[in-house]
Amino acid sequence: MKRHLLEAGDLDRVDATLVLDTAAQIEAALTGREVKKLPTLRGRTVVNLFYEDSTRTRISFELAAKRLSADVINFSAKGSSVSKGESLKDTALTLEAMGSDAIVIRHGASGAPHQLASWVRGSVVNAGDGTHEHPTQALLDAYTIRRRLGRLEGVRVAIVGDVLHSRVARSNVVLLHTLGAEVTLIAPPTLLPVGIGSWPAEVSYDLDAVLPKVDVVMMLRVQAERMTASFFPSAREYSRRYGLDARRMAVLGDEAIVMHPGPMNRGMEIAADVADSVRSTIVEQVGNGVSVRMAVLYLLLGGAPS
Amino acid sequence: MAGSPPAASSSREARGPAAPGALLTAPDVARVVDRMAHQLIEKAANGLADLVLVGIPTRGAPLARRLAARVTAFSGTPIDVGTVDITLYRDDLRLRGVRALEDTVLPAGGIDGRLVVLVDDVLFSGRSVRAALDALRDLGRPRAVQLAVLVDRGHRELPIRADYVGKNVPTSRGQSVRVRLAETDGVDEVRVTEPEEPAAGTTGEAR
Repeated sequence: MKRHLLEAGDLDRVDATLVLDTAAQIEAALTGREVKKLPTLRGRTVVNLFYEDSTRTRISFELAAKRLSADVINFSAKGSSVSKGESLKDTALTLEAMGSDAIVIRHGASGAPHQLASWVRGSVVNAGDGTHEHPTQALLDAYTIRRRLGRLEGVRVAIVGDVLHSRVARSNVVLLHTLGAEVTLIAPPTLLPVGIGSWPAEVSYDLDAVLPKVDVVMMLRVQAERMTASFFPSAREYSRRYGLDARRMAVLGDEAIVMHPGPMNRGMEIAADVADSVRSTIVEQVGNGVSVRMAVLYLLLGGAPS
Repeated sequence: MAGSPPAASSSREARGPAAPGALLTAPDVARVVDRMAHQLIEKAANGLADLVLVGIPTRGAPLARRLAARVTAFSGTPIDVGTVDITLYRDDLRLRGVRALEDTVLPAGGIDGRLVVLVDDVLFSGRSVRAALDALRDLGRPRAVQLAVLVDRGHRELPIRADYVGKNVPTSRGQSVRVRLAETDGVDEVRVTEPEEPAAGTTGEAR
């Protein structure tokens, strides 16, 4: 594996499979145990550097590092010297001078983790950068699909919604393609990025036509905070054309699952009864996130420094 | 990544008593395992029911299964078997590249209050056993923990001693002891190799 995990493209099929297998083994080793902690990364320090709000990703990374006995420092831009105007580079160098071995970064600017990786000696893990990538989310989604369906090769995945602003979609398209799944992106034309034709995925504007043929439906959050223009006429119209409700869920195959990276807008892209149905893996995804992030931290920090 | 067993050994590595330099051949390994099974039955006396054999991967795992099968054959009591991966508990993780993990499998009832016998192929420095003891501590609270090894080659770096030893092999520190088992390497064999001999594949070399 490479020293950093900056985008899903950093993982070839062998490495991606290794992460998923390692996560499965860690999960198996920890289930049913009283002491959910491993001594593996004792004495290593992981910094969670969060410039954007996050609940599950930050807590998930924190828990993953703690379960491996690493020391964790949580840094959020609010309440730090960032509000006094300190640059990302200076912040990173400060953290490294204090002895951090890995930095988990979430940043509003696409490419910030790449910049960071060129400045520091330790490992950098991208926990979401702007509208670019969120590789550990794609890994946990792939892990969840593999656990539920038993395979990834040939699995048909529909990713529905705000593809334009979604780093989750970008990472998933790349990783799922690497692992042999077939991805179809479904969105209103205004929410598809320029150059979508070069992505290793099919594109469709018609959710109802695609649903009966897929094994996995991944609903994306409508990212109101990134909506700088009017991409669709009204929430109601979006919901009617691209939202997943009970009626649409009924046309899915027997084994098909419904995923959502969270946080959900219930009633917008996904109906509440769909989110809470047995097909939904939404809560499971959160649990799997910890195992997958433990695997990533172990594989990046567990060996000799290269 | 470490841990992938090599393909079945070449014909030069031959099987049977004729193999030159083999310390234990396949029939020897079978006899040794049988004897250890008898010793386990003898020592456990009143409590075979609470016995769990826990193998340390890679080769401790099949060895534990074989021992359990022999104990069952001799005593008629079914024996629980497990494996415990020690990778995440090793004290030498930072000395080489990242290692692939192995499976940890425990019997359904867990190990609380039971007699756990750790099973490994070679006892050398004792560090693997220490890691396994740490792992066990996180998995439950056994009534007692014992250790069974196929080969004890000496040179301990920690105060650890085996309760059941298949064969004591005096070695020099530079030599390596390679255990091959049919399940992982296609043949049952133990041999001592000199440092200058090229190591063939990733066999169970005691570290």
